[in-house]
Amino acid sequence: MTGVPLPEDRQAEVPAISAGKSRTFLARLNLSTWIGLAVVLLLVLAAVFAPLLAPYDPTRQNILNQLAQPGAEYLLGADQFGRDVLSRLLYGARYSLTIGILSILLAMVAGSLAGMVAGHLGGKTDIVLMQFMDVVLAFPSLILGLALVAMMGATMTNILIAIAFTALPAFARVARAAVMAQRDREYVQACRAMGFSGPRILFRHILPAILPEVLVMASLWMATAVRTEASLAFIGLGLAPPNPTWGGMVREGFDNILNSFHLAIFPSLAILLLVLAFNLIGDGLRDAIDPRLKTAS
Amino acid sequence: MSASASPLLSVQDLTVSFGRTAVVQGLSFEIAPGRTLAVVGESGSGKSVTALAIMRLLPADTSRVTGRIVLDGGNLLEKTERQMRQVRGGKISMIFQEPMTSLNPVQRIGAQLAEVIRYHRGLSGAALDGAVLELFDLVRIPDARRRVRQYPHTFSGGMRQRVMIAMALACSPSLIIADEPTTALDVTVQAQILCLMKELQRETGTAFLFITHDMGVVAEIADEVLVMRRSRVIETGSVSNVFSAPRHDYTRSLIAAVPSLVGSLAAERVAPRPLGSLPPCEAGVLSVEDLAVRFPVGGGLFGNAAGAVHAVEGVSLSIGPGETLGLVGESGSGKSTIGKAIMNLVPLHSGAVRVNGETVDYRSPASLMRLRRNVQMIFQDPFGSLDSRQTIGSAIMEPMLVHGLAKGLEAKQRMEWLLERVGLDPLRASSLPHEFSGGQRQRICIARALAMSPKLIIADEAVSALDVSIKSQIIDLMVDLQKDLGLSYLFISHDMAAVEKICDRVAVMHFGEIVEIGYKKDVIGRPGHPYTQHLLSAIPVNHPELRGTRAPLADMKARSALRPRGFEPPPARWQVAADGHFMRQPD
Repeated sequence: MTGVPLPEDRQAEVPAISAGKSRTFLARLNLSTWIGLAVVLLLVLAAVFAPLLAPYDPTRQNILNQLAQPGAEYLLGADQFGRDVLSRLLYGARYSLTIGILSILLAMVAGSLAGMVAGHLGGKTDIVLMQFMDVVLAFPSLILGLALVAMMGATMTNILIAIAFTALPAFARVARAAVMAQRDREYVQACRAMGFSGPRILFRHILPAILPEVLVMASLWMATAVRTEASLAFIGLGLAPPNPTWGGMVREGFDNILNSFHLAIFPSLAILLLVLAFNLIGDGLRDAIDPRLKTAS
Repeated sequence: MSASASPLLSVQDLTVSFGRTAVVQGLSFEIAPGRTLAVVGESGSGKSVTALAIMRLLPADTSRVTGRIVLDGGNLLEKTERQMRQVRGGKISMIFQEPMTSLNPVQRIGAQLAEVIRYHRGLSGAALDGAVLELFDLVRIPDARRRVRQYPHTFSGGMRQRVMIAMALACSPSLIIADEPTTALDVTVQAQILCLMKELQRETGTAFLFITHDMGVVAEIADEVLVMRRSRVIETGSVSNVFSAPRHDYTRSLIAAVPSLVGSLAAERVAPRPLGSLPPCEAGVLSVEDLAVRFPVGGGLFGNAAGAVHAVEGVSLSIGPGETLGLVGESGSGKSTIGKAIMNLVPLHSGAVRVNGETVDYRSPASLMRLRRNVQMIFQDPFGSLDSRQTIGSAIMEPMLVHGLAKGLEAKQRMEWLLERVGLDPLRASSLPHEFSGGQRQRICIARALAMSPKLIIADEAVSALDVSIKSQIIDLMVDLQKDLGLSYLFISHDMAAVEKICDRVAVMHFGEIVEIGYKKDVIGRPGHPYTQHLLSAIPVNHPELRGTRAPLADMKARSALRPRGFEPPPARWQVAADGHFMRQPD
């Protein structure tokens, strides 16, 4: 303490910290969020270390072991070309995770930027940008993704961009609404009165305020991206065989579903697990950021 | 205890605590039938909790209420929830502060009122309709037959508060608890509501428990006074005793916070003489000439506006070095818009703004930069105007860095000096705004405004949200800074007490125009323009003996600021009364 005499109000008033706010952010995450995070982390590790973990080469065919049942030799069985299902799942995780996470990060950055600019500038920029987003939004995301991949070709980058494109309007809308809600707040007016530039206000002061909302959306959309990627692969617009993708494996397993159900079941379970994990994370983050949204227990 | 007639409500040794924190301690008081007890205190003193405890509306799982609350011989704290429902609305009813949010927006006013009557009095059909109309007449809502069928958004704040009073009266309660019922209202509307409540008390014999922070309201309406501070009673007595001989310093400071200049020079009123137009403004720190702000309205398919709201029209004023000009008026009078237009927060329609003699060019970034270095702004809500994620040290340094006035260590040292100058500990520079109280946050905003060493600070309702004692500390700080740094202020406020304390000159706004401007003692002491007289006569008296001495409120017709496209107001004609005291010639 210095020698400055304390004004009375400093002693009289209690700082306005509520019990809920003083707890750290991590402490407010619930159990299912942690489960979701653990599952995603495990799958990421499995994908990264696939060459070490996989018992076989995922693309090597072995006619002798065609349609082998799960057992000691092949933990999850082998497909109609005699390829190890476990190895293919581990390698397939690389594609699903990369596309699921990267495409949404791309959509998040581009979409939020567009939404923030539209919300901040308003007027014609706003109209043009948001009308474009509305057009994109008018297509179901699978149809749009399908059209884009069919147009550009089924490479990893193209699939990634196509899925990012379908998620773009959602981020633009959320970011625009959040910016507009902040724009007329007094602290933004105060920034303008002090002569701060538009970009400075937007990125230094408004962005931190809307970031939590955008991050929650991103984790929920990652689940959708994984699903879209799997659906595209299932209808044959995934990576070309023999590259293992989960959606592609379900499709191939479909042909022998009656005698070798494991071929379709295991990749389906993998997709389910990843989608569920992303959803758990998204819900948990939302509850932690805004406890009021939590359903009454 | 009391020798006179038995009290209507008797509260004995009431203690309310949340967890281990006692928010009301050992409170005892009585209210006689048909009398008014005013409970006065600042936010957090426990006055609203007392009201909720009497109504048994505190959450049962987190609060603990002990003591006795006796109404008509029965202890309310021992009643069951079912019995309490008969008491609430039947014997005691409540009026809240916010008339804007306490009515259901999608239900007709009459239906909302009818529901209360049906529930408590069991009326229906024509008898119910008749009872609703009767209540509308009782609270003097004109044109009752038409208005019962309307929705809340068509009612003004004052009219909605009348509806709330009608609801409270619906079952002829013996006690009405009014929690800051006029705080959210303009001063002229407040005067009307207070007058209505006094008349209703005479007509119906209802007792009032009146919760307020404003000693002026107490002087107008109360019979008995109870002053609370930090959950305890510090003074109690009849209203004339408390005002004439306050025993506690705190009570004295509350009484001193009531405006006292109003009408003080009425005897020396000078007849104004016509002047034609205003003399040209002297070049001061700031001079504004013929400022107009218009907002286009409507705009069809092709974007051509149907008309414009003339928010500010033909405003001219000037502020000299080290001077404070107060800008007063009711909500919607355009006073805040002037401040915002000067700072380019709303677009100017026409007029010239000169800072230090240089005309501001609102299209030139360089000119705007100079404007913002010389003129800074403080806002009403000290929490809302700080970025809640930015440490206060960084918030104070940011304008210096942006404008290149200082950087690195120099900026940090200047920030620490500023914090110390406004009475805050520089060690707390790394704290976030939510760790500070309202008064402290306003100090931070002042420090931030000072960071660029401006010549003029526009204070837009800067002290209006603060409690009385904090308010006077902030005003003292502003006056101190003015003396040391030679600052000028444009002090925009509806709070006449604050204006009296800080301003040298005062300008009165009405419907976007200045109607009177001059030295404080002239404008407040002997107002010349009819609107100024109307506004000032609505301000509560500062001693109960003065009740009824102010001229009764004339009905001022509200008028719309919406004008057809291309409308130009006729040039104003001015009158002069004394040196530097000008007023618009009434139409």
